[in-house]
Amino acid sequence: MGEKTDIKKEKGWFGRLVEDFGLPRLIITLFLILLLILAPIVGADFPSQITNIIARFSWNGILVLAMVPMVHSGCGLNFGLPLGIISGLLGATISIELGFTGALSFLMAILIATPFALIFGCGYGWLLNKIKGGEMMIATYVGFSSVSFMCMMWLVLPYKSPNMVWGLAGKGLRTTISLEGYYSQTLAKFLQIRIGNFVIPTGSLLFFALLAFLMWAFLHTKTGTAMTAVGSNPTFARAAGINIDRIRLLSVVMSTWLAAIGILVYEQGFGFVQLYMAPFYMALPAVSAILIGGASVNKASITNVIIGTILFQGIVTMTPTVMNNMIHMDMSEVIRIIASNGMILYALTRKTEGAK
Amino acid sequence: MSNDKPRLLEMKNIQKDFFGNQVLTDINLSVDEGEVVGLVGENGAGKSTLMRILFGADMIRETGGYGGDVVLEGKTVRFSSPFDAIAAGIGMVHQEFSLIPGFTTTENILLNREPTKKSVVHDIFGPRMNTLNRSEMDERAANAIEMMGVSVDRKMYINEMPVGHKQFTEIARELSKDQLKLLILDEPTAVLTEKEAEALLASIRGMSERGIAVIFITHRLQEILSVCDKVVVMRDGRVVSEKAAKDTNVAEITRQMVGRSVETSSAAPHDEEAEKERKTILKVDRLWVDMPGEIVRDVSFEVKEGEILGIGGLAGQGKLGIPNGIMGLYQAGGTVTFEGKQIPLNSPRQCLDSSFAFVSEDRRGVGLLLEESLEWNIAFPAMQIQNRFLRNYLGGLIKWRDEKAIKEITDKYIDELAIKCTSSKQKAKELSGGNQQKVCLAKAFALNPRLLFVSEPTRGIDVGAKALVLEALKKFNRESGVTIVVVSSELEELRQSCDRIAIVSGGRIAGILPASASVEDLGTLMLSQVI
Repeated sequence: MGEKTDIKKEKGWFGRLVEDFGLPRLIITLFLILLLILAPIVGADFPSQITNIIARFSWNGILVLAMVPMVHSGCGLNFGLPLGIISGLLGATISIELGFTGALSFLMAILIATPFALIFGCGYGWLLNKIKGGEMMIATYVGFSSVSFMCMMWLVLPYKSPNMVWGLAGKGLRTTISLEGYYSQTLAKFLQIRIGNFVIPTGSLLFFALLAFLMWAFLHTKTGTAMTAVGSNPTFARAAGINIDRIRLLSVVMSTWLAAIGILVYEQGFGFVQLYMAPFYMALPAVSAILIGGASVNKASITNVIIGTILFQGIVTMTPTVMNNMIHMDMSEVIRIIASNGMILYALTRKTEGAK
Repeated sequence: MSNDKPRLLEMKNIQKDFFGNQVLTDINLSVDEGEVVGLVGENGAGKSTLMRILFGADMIRETGGYGGDVVLEGKTVRFSSPFDAIAAGIGMVHQEFSLIPGFTTTENILLNREPTKKSVVHDIFGPRMNTLNRSEMDERAANAIEMMGVSVDRKMYINEMPVGHKQFTEIARELSKDQLKLLILDEPTAVLTEKEAEALLASIRGMSERGIAVIFITHRLQEILSVCDKVVVMRDGRVVSEKAAKDTNVAEITRQMVGRSVETSSAAPHDEEAEKERKTILKVDRLWVDMPGEIVRDVSFEVKEGEILGIGGLAGQGKLGIPNGIMGLYQAGGTVTFEGKQIPLNSPRQCLDSSFAFVSEDRRGVGLLLEESLEWNIAFPAMQIQNRFLRNYLGGLIKWRDEKAIKEITDKYIDELAIKCTSSKQKAKELSGGNQQKVCLAKAFALNPRLLFVSEPTRGIDVGAKALVLEALKKFNRESGVTIVVVSSELEELRQSCDRIAIVSGGRIAGILPASASVEDLGTLMLSQVI
């Protein structure tokens, strides 16, 4: 590694910045700043733009946080996030089916989702322990197949609540279920701050902060330390008497549970439960957000989560407004796809660097 | 050479260093047509490097080339890749097989040099579309095999073959090259049974009669004496002796291989009386370990309390398997008794709980968290195994990392072992090899073990760091009364730091001698059961 530090010295301040911050991350930050400057010029409402970014941060933060444990234990990025999301969706739909309303329905959704997340997480973790080295590919397929399986289940499971099933048939869940009267905005409304067009969903942010703090604290405990060591060098950890499989399993269960909670928080902000293929599209944005935040395949911190979510969601919310106002054409989806997939590609090509 | 015909190969004043570390000094070696030259030396004596230079291996060029000249049939050559060497008539059979499992013997022998028949599409797509001339292939393979004077089934698939036949296939491949003048065999008999080895030796004689020169590297000295015309002994990057095989014997070669200036090395005085009084702390009985490349077959020994026991032997004979097996890192069997209590094998945790510690020979793979700070590296095992450096909250429910205690212990060892680093927060991968080794030792010391296994403590580190590491081990042994088992390929190092030395050969203990035993005796044991 000696040569690398030498190169670092030779470069100027810009070179160092690129080295420390990462080129893609730098480009995305500059792009976001450019958008923020352009927004008032092209006539978009600035406060509501910021409100949007904060709101979307509060919806997505926990899903991104769910990446952290598996990265730490060396299982890589959790492309199997849909599995956890499905646990969350089961919690949400069962809570509504049982007739809970308001804030209680949110609490019940979390409680009901938890056992599902634990069971699915254990199975998923067991599977990942069988195929060490190829976790991310297997995780992707676990995500794919669980979504497809649930596509059938949502139709077959005996849900009865008129708010959720198809109107004519009287059975099978709808693709989108409104949470009005249930837990829509439950967290966001808590201690909400409103100044004109500018709104801060304090409750959602606090909830994210709580979970992020718990994750940070966990990584400072004995078990958390072991988890990081397992990810950093499994052989070292084994030689220090650590049961690698158990730690990895724990990380997968944690990730799955956080994904379940994450989707419930997302729904309360968004106001709808989306079923069928929706979970399918949740993993990639979360993966690329944490990568934009500066995480690598085997290193991630809470700071990476926060910065990454803000940058990623900032781009996603700002681009359509600015673009629409400028060229009257919606480019947001294109930019979002390029940013998220490009970021994942970039991170995976850099996998070997800094790896064991 | 004033002969009318130039010698087949002359290597003159060959020099090679790896980043300032001199590994070959003034090597002169000559080979005549049809001559069989035996090349012997301990591991690390420079045999492989020398052969790599001759064979034009990429690794030599990448590390800055070499000094001196290689003269082949009177012409100075400088191969830039193995392909040039092959074209010039040099063939090499490596220790590891490079054969395609799903192909037959014939196909492997002639791979990419197959005689072809012109096919109908030849005119359009060129010679790559020709079909194989099976009958001619068969004939040429048969010729090559016959040159060795052994019988190998030409139609057999490589993956169905006994190891010996694979070796013969490799050699036959080299022999089938028409231009072959010099064949390098790197420990070809290491994997062979006695009978196969004999057949191979016979085939070497056969090749020699056909005018092909052979450079034969092996640890089995008897083989060298029986087949070679000339024996060249290397030690520490120099040729220490070059003699006709008939003028030397096993004892002499052994002495030349291992014997450094015997008088200067100081072994600890051996006190028979004290030895008897010491009680046995560790008893290993009929241990086997399945560690690839270092298989332990049947090892029994005892370690006395408070001593430093050295385990020596040539590479691949199983000495590394002993600590790795006892510590549960590789599948093992047999019984290990520590202070009268049997230690279950195949469970690293149980060993660590019995206050064993292990410094692995694989520093970067097993020994360190390269991406983490020194603090983590040193404190981690003690934290996980003994719950130290932790603060308990909520009645032990939450075990919080105690950063301050961790920093304290790390700074203490940085100080004691003189680890060169910017701070205790520096990442382990940024340190030099010697300092990384000290971190590994600190990690083991921090566990306060009763019994410490240290594997190859000085591998790949410079001379200054070597002395420091050995001194640290001795000090730890003296001051904390910890029993230490040191495994090392460097006999001299063991003689300087240990009380007794066990020599492993062929996966078995060939003998245990006091450290004051002569180098010749130890060397003889090393080679006694080589397989």
